[in-house]
Amino acid sequence: MATALSADAATPHARPATARRRLSRLADQVHRRALGATALLVFLAVGLIVFEVVRGSAPALGTLGWRFLIGAEWDPVADHYGALPYLFGTLVSSALAMVMAVPLGVGTAVYLAELAPPRVGAVVAFVVELLASIPSIVYGIWGLFVLAPFLRSLVEPWLIAHLGFLPLFQGFPFGIGMLNAGIVLAVMVVPTIVSLAREILLAMPGSLREAALALGATRAEGLGVLLDAARPGILGAAILALGRALGETMAVTMVIGNTNRISASLLAPGSTMASVIANEFTEATGQLYLSALTEIALVLFALTVVINALARLLVLWTTGGRRDVAGSA
Amino acid sequence: MSRVAPETLRPLRVRAPAPARKLWNGLVIALCTLCAALILLPLALIVGHLLARGLAGLTLGFFVHLPTPVGEPGGGMANAIVGTFILAGLASLMAVPVGVGAGVWLAEYGRGRLGGLVRYTADVMSGVPSIVVGVAAYGLVVVPMGRFSALAGSVALALLMLPTIIRSTEEVVRLVPRSYREAALALGAPQWRVIQQVVVPAASGGIVTASLLALARAAGETAPLLFTALGNRFWSLRIDQPMASLPVYIFDYAKAPYEDWNRQAWTGALVLLIMVSLVSGLLRLTTRRLPRR
Repeated sequence: MATALSADAATPHARPATARRRLSRLADQVHRRALGATALLVFLAVGLIVFEVVRGSAPALGTLGWRFLIGAEWDPVADHYGALPYLFGTLVSSALAMVMAVPLGVGTAVYLAELAPPRVGAVVAFVVELLASIPSIVYGIWGLFVLAPFLRSLVEPWLIAHLGFLPLFQGFPFGIGMLNAGIVLAVMVVPTIVSLAREILLAMPGSLREAALALGATRAEGLGVLLDAARPGILGAAILALGRALGETMAVTMVIGNTNRISASLLAPGSTMASVIANEFTEATGQLYLSALTEIALVLFALTVVINALARLLVLWTTGGRRDVAGSA
Repeated sequence: MSRVAPETLRPLRVRAPAPARKLWNGLVIALCTLCAALILLPLALIVGHLLARGLAGLTLGFFVHLPTPVGEPGGGMANAIVGTFILAGLASLMAVPVGVGAGVWLAEYGRGRLGGLVRYTADVMSGVPSIVVGVAAYGLVVVPMGRFSALAGSVALALLMLPTIIRSTEEVVRLVPRSYREAALALGAPQWRVIQQVVVPAASGGIVTASLLALARAAGETAPLLFTALGNRFWSLRIDQPMASLPVYIFDYAKAPYEDWNRQAWTGALVLLIMVSLVSGLLRLTTRRLPRR
């Protein structure tokens, strides 16, 4: 930050370089390089993650090839590995979560940024931060022992009775399954959407709202103008939340039921990429089995990196880099 | 606002919005408020159930006893609680120096393209799922060592903490007023002493907060420990051996078909939540200017 103000530039009559000053400049260089080296360790860290995951999945990549992604059969005994059920489970549970979390999160963000009285807003913002700090395993145990019985006895029978004509709501009320995972995931990613969308709304120029109100718009219409301008950033926040939902492991593992079938029903149990790794990695015997699981990790990694990179670009673009919101989730 | 000359005010009179627009306005505001109210619900439910189901098991024994075999009542998670502290502490030893160094570099020297790239990489790294980091730590430490170990677990946690510490440190170092740097430079201090003896001490409170927040998050992680630190039903303080941790215990006990174990899982979850929320909640209340996460 203060590089422009080096000691030379600040002193109008620079003294001739003495040995001491040269030493001091050397110290500056060493210090700067040392700090820079720690910063470069970030690349090393990411590089190591990529290297290990790629190396671990190399046998499976070589043996199974593209069939891995489209095969629906996962049979470790016969050494058959197809990751499609897990890909499907990850995408469906995350999509379900987004359907619930995005409206809820954006609504709350609008409330916090535009409508809330300061005190109430502070309480809601604090609750949102607390939600973000709850460990995944705690969400899992709640989903398994509280949400699942509730869904099984009340919600799912109702859905089957009234909406059972849709393939989405057919089958038995298990309690655990896609619906449960979707709800738990929604609660888990809502804080991400709220805090980012709120920052983005606050970063919008106030003149937008003022102009709308001056033209006689109601408050809601003014909000519409604001949301319109903030749309790419809010989209970025939603995609960032999607990235978190895709990779979420423990809570989903506990509530999704862990079967490797593909079912159109949201009430049916399933599995996600993350949950199958969590369940089977320690028990995986045989090189190809372990490698196939590592390849799932590789696919998951690639998916989340692409999604994150995209989301952060969108957020930065909307806020014009004025606010460092990109680092906040 | 006076009523002296109503005719002159007439052109300025604002027409009330049409009823439909008024209704829409009310509806939108009500919906947004409802959303905010709905968000409070899950937190209340989760905390309520944790207290209802976990509080009964929250005895001194839970903190000082080892787990007992199935069917034998009593027992606690003493080894898991200590294990969690050791794992998170070891992870901090690795992640904090690197993270703080990188954060200070980003704030002081990271204006160029390289700085942007480091920043972006750290951000993308923070989005890597914890289970993937666990798989990487397995290949990085467990395979060469030939066994599961606390060290592997803490490497995984350190990788997860790193991006958070980097970005928060950068943020708090940037908050140090420019005048501090200018005053120190005007006194003739070289750049490195300005950073080391003026800027970093001024930001140290924020840096500690940021590190503790990252630590609290890491302490609650389960997925990266499943196949690195694994778990241990006995006392073990050796970092080259498998080590118990609270989150993994909760997972195992919640899955088990024994009611007593499930009860202990609830208590464990309550303890974990208290530990994590206490740190992050208190810190957030005391320092309002920190970025989230």
